[in-house]
Amino acid sequence: MASKKTSVDRRGFLKGAAAGAAAGAASLVVPPQAAQAQQQAQARPAAALPSPRQVALETGAPPPRADVYTTDRPGADFMVDVLKTLNFDYIFANPGSSFRGLQESFINYGKNTKPEWITCCHEESSIAMAHGYYKIEGKPILCMAHGTVGLQHASMAIYNAWGDRVPVYLILGNEQEIAFRRSDVEWAHSVQDAAAMVRDYTKWDDSPVSLGHFAESAIRAYKVMMTPPYEPVVLCANGQLQEEPMPEEDRRTLKIPKLVVPTPPAGDSNAVAEMAKILVAAENPVIVAGRVARTPNGIPLLVELAETLQAGVQDRKFRMNFPSRHPLFNTGSVAAADAILGLEVPDMWNVTHTQTPINRMGMESRSIVKPGAKVMTITAGDLFSRSNYQDFGRYADVDLAIAADAEATLPSLIEACKKLITSDRKRAMEERGKKLAEEHKRNRDRDFDQATVGWDASPISTARLSAELWNQIRKEDWSFVSDTTFVSWWPLRLWDFDKPYHFIGGHGAYGIGYGAPAAVGAALANKKHGRVTVNIQCDGDLNYAPGVLWTAAHHRIPLLSIMHNNRGYHQEHMFLEDMAARAGRGVENAGVGVTLEDPHINYATMAKAYGMYSSGPIENPNDLGPAIKAALEVVKKGEPALIDVVTQPR
Amino acid sequence: MNQTVRRVRAMAVALALAVALSAQTPAGDAAKGKDLYLKYSCYACHGFSGQNGSGARLVPMKMASAAFVAYVRSPRTRQMPSFSAKVLSDQQLTDIHAYIKTLPESKPAKDIPALDQFKEK
Repeated sequence: MASKKTSVDRRGFLKGAAAGAAAGAASLVVPPQAAQAQQQAQARPAAALPSPRQVALETGAPPPRADVYTTDRPGADFMVDVLKTLNFDYIFANPGSSFRGLQESFINYGKNTKPEWITCCHEESSIAMAHGYYKIEGKPILCMAHGTVGLQHASMAIYNAWGDRVPVYLILGNEQEIAFRRSDVEWAHSVQDAAAMVRDYTKWDDSPVSLGHFAESAIRAYKVMMTPPYEPVVLCANGQLQEEPMPEEDRRTLKIPKLVVPTPPAGDSNAVAEMAKILVAAENPVIVAGRVARTPNGIPLLVELAETLQAGVQDRKFRMNFPSRHPLFNTGSVAAADAILGLEVPDMWNVTHTQTPINRMGMESRSIVKPGAKVMTITAGDLFSRSNYQDFGRYADVDLAIAADAEATLPSLIEACKKLITSDRKRAMEERGKKLAEEHKRNRDRDFDQATVGWDASPISTARLSAELWNQIRKEDWSFVSDTTFVSWWPLRLWDFDKPYHFIGGHGAYGIGYGAPAAVGAALANKKHGRVTVNIQCDGDLNYAPGVLWTAAHHRIPLLSIMHNNRGYHQEHMFLEDMAARAGRGVENAGVGVTLEDPHINYATMAKAYGMYSSGPIENPNDLGPAIKAALEVVKKGEPALIDVVTQPR
Repeated sequence: MNQTVRRVRAMAVALALAVALSAQTPAGDAAKGKDLYLKYSCYACHGFSGQNGSGARLVPMKMASAAFVAYVRSPRTRQMPSFSAKVLSDQQLTDIHAYIKTLPESKPAKDIPALDQFKEK
């Protein structure tokens, strides 16, 4: 039960203040006779007699006290107790009235620690920040949003997390009880089934109707989310449950269930033995790495498998899977292989096929797999999928599919391979390894040769940008937190990647707008480890929700962002040109709707406006190194910095 | 007819063809070619310096003008779109070719300290 007091505390404050203001307003309206009496009283030096109104106030019946309403234990406090057991570091949220009760409980009752509230300027930023944070720290973030407008903003970022198999724990505020909706605003912000909008790309959701129900579903949501394949989950927090007092009887009986995260599923032992047999017997095995390294331990395991077999590793660049200067990195060929092993590869069909390019008429595809070659997969993706959104890709014909988590299966696969390797096979593998090492060296020489192209050109080449950045950070404990697709993968081609936090892959579902907030989230995760976080920031991406720069500045998140300011949506520019050439008309119009020119956007000015150190725009490549060095000093002192660099398209 | 005579005749025919082709394709105007390179978004795939991007490296341009025109009409790579005469005339492509010929070549990696210093020797 709520205590009904005359004192003012917590939720009583505002209503009390409102009641006080009303009383004050009433006292200004004084009847004429009373006013005359007051004037006379003021003229007299002695103490005045009470006015009739004062007498009435002091001797009459007290006013009803129902409008002064406080509670020492809103339901949200219990929700905070539950959520604190899940050990979240932070809450990322843009404020919303539908979760005001929870927000108040987190910052006051929960003392704004573990989790700490991080102010976000857009719900898409909240989720993408959580996406980036997870990929560095391996811990999910608690996000909050309105069940309606906030979720609508957040939805693309949720889809990216879904595509990237990243867990995000999202709580949606919603006023389910119509009698508690106070205005048209709250009606517009209420929804019958909040999670419906994102159910196609989340793993589980619930809308609890009691605090006990909330506790159970909160723990279940975490457990489901953290069982491979990892995916986002949604929990709706009813406004009434948050803001109303905890029922007295519930205080004695409510309990928080114990969380036990299941061990990830490992592959069936017979299937693993069969896979090992094929791999060891193969003359040209190749490993295709998707999202293999689910934890830091995944990297040494993949290295051990590749070295055991002396097999080339083709990295799909979704995660930090394999050291970039390892002699087996990006060697081998699917087309030449007689055994192809896909580990957590979401697009195995694309790995094994070629298709007609977009600028060619018609649509043809053909397998590039040699006749008789064995195609095998290990993926938790086989354990769970949805049907509406088509991110699962085309059906891949494979010879052996193990529905399990690849990282959890690798130890048994390595052991099974080692048992089968005879001295003859070992010699053959060593010979193969030497050839692959030569291939790796040739690839690296080729990359350096290509990096020289347009070295002194302006706009600045993305190869030079990457090389200048590498020269400044390579002796630091660095973490690179952006995708490399739009800069021709130069960092992966030139730098030395070998630690789990050196690379985190990209969007997941190619939703643009991920880059800047994911980098800020990743930088926050790196902050406590003292790492230098660097981000090559695409211009189009930053323009979706640049307010995340303020979040970085406000929360003192050290992050060095180098703009890849090619002044356009370059991929679409190429597509449009393809389409115009194909139609035989208006190629000169290919820039319409895809360039960001006239006026040019000054990102250094933008960053300054958000309170961040910045420099540029830099157009002379010789100015780049000194600018990076200066910005790095700022970042090493714990602040974010941004350098605007005008770049070649890709 | 011995082989030497055949070779001389073949060379004469090839020379006549080359002369005829060059007579049909006037010299390119590099200044106009630069405008066209930008206007027709060649830079989107080949970079502003003709060397950076998703498309093939154009510098140093090794094709003769006529071969360049023929290639753009019917590219041998699967990624390059085919630009018909409706989109770009032979003269325009010749101008673009002349512009590309003016673009500087890149230095070798060993002559670029910022790049060379972190390459394994």
